[in-house]
Amino acid sequence: MPEATEELCSLDRIDRIIDRYGGQRSALIQVLLDIQKEDKWLAEESLRHVASRLNVPLPQVYQVATFYKAFSLARRGRHLITVCMGTACHVRGSPRLFDRVSQKLGVGPGKTTHDGRFSLLTVNCMGCCALGPVLAIDEDYHSNPSAADLGRILSQYE
Amino acid sequence: MADNITLTIDGHPVSADPSQTVLDAARSAGVAIPTLCHHKDLLPYGGCRLCLVELRQGKRSQLVASCGYYAKAGLEVHTRSPRVLRARKLVLEVLLALMPYSEEIRRLAHENEVTETRYQRTMHYCVLCGLCVRYCDEVKHTNCIGFVGRGVERNVAWVPPDRYDQTCRTCFECMSLCPTGVFPSNFGLAEV
Ligand code: FES
Ligand code: FES
Repeated sequence: MPEATEELCSLDRIDRIIDRYGGQRSALIQVLLDIQKEDKWLAEESLRHVASRLNVPLPQVYQVATFYKAFSLARRGRHLITVCMGTACHVRGSPRLFDRVSQKLGVGPGKTTHDGRFSLLTVNCMGCCALGPVLAIDEDYHSNPSAADLGRILSQYE
Repeated sequence: MADNITLTIDGHPVSADPSQTVLDAARSAGVAIPTLCHHKDLLPYGGCRLCLVELRQGKRSQLVASCGYYAKAGLEVHTRSPRVLRARKLVLEVLLALMPYSEEIRRLAHENEVTETRYQRTMHYCVLCGLCVRYCDEVKHTNCIGFVGRGVERNVAWVPPDRYDQTCRTCFECMSLCPTGVFPSNFGLAEV
């Protein structure tokens, strides 16, 4: 079992984030974004804490957290791999690229590897169609990496 | 209390309080407007668009949800114009396609002479009118349920799921509000 809790924003850290926004309930989305950025996902514990600190009912926190794609309620790995499935990338072979990555990692779309290193997601256009088919690892973009390229690239991530 | 103002509804002058919505003003003047997501104890929501009315100003005409539009002096409101009837019919056809078995929706459709729907009928368990969610929040202040998800995946759920046991067992008041009739029976609670 991968140990997840140790990587989570401790409640103190969440408190600090909330204080940055003066504890305003209108800052709910900003607070969630900051937690999402640190943890890469939103744990139930974090959401409960935000709800009680901002004095927003828990269902309303969930309503926001489940509405925006920027938030993940499922545990995410330390690095996010996104494969573009937009039209341009699609016709240029992104399904095959996706299969390569997915095979290499041994996980399907929306899933996280057992070692907690990577989560694999698909998106629809990243705005750099000329590079298609595109794969991004966190903020780094790669144009149509071969299986060998992939092995080399992935090994650079902890 | 502010002074009453006068607006016209279907050509008749109607006096209303500016804190009243067009819907309230119309209803107190005996003009019927169908509604689905409106509830007298809840804030205006504007989710179903069944209560659309037409506002005319010279040549300009505009459809607005009367449940959330406040009465203003000199408004010219039409509740049965061809444009309104067309829009209302469309909304009802959509509702009918979503929930063909809901008694309330069938009654509303029947009252507004909608018998058929041009859309494909499906079986939905919820039309997302939000009555239960808003009642739980605004009237009961218990916040046991909420909307989760987005788009076609949007749904009403207990948050967290065990809220159902803790608080709802002694309440269930939201269930009688559900226009679909599914929410209550879905959980086998209709007869409780
Ligand atoms: S379609 Fe992939 S970047 Fe535009
Ligand atoms: S009753 Fe006005 S929008 Fe539903």
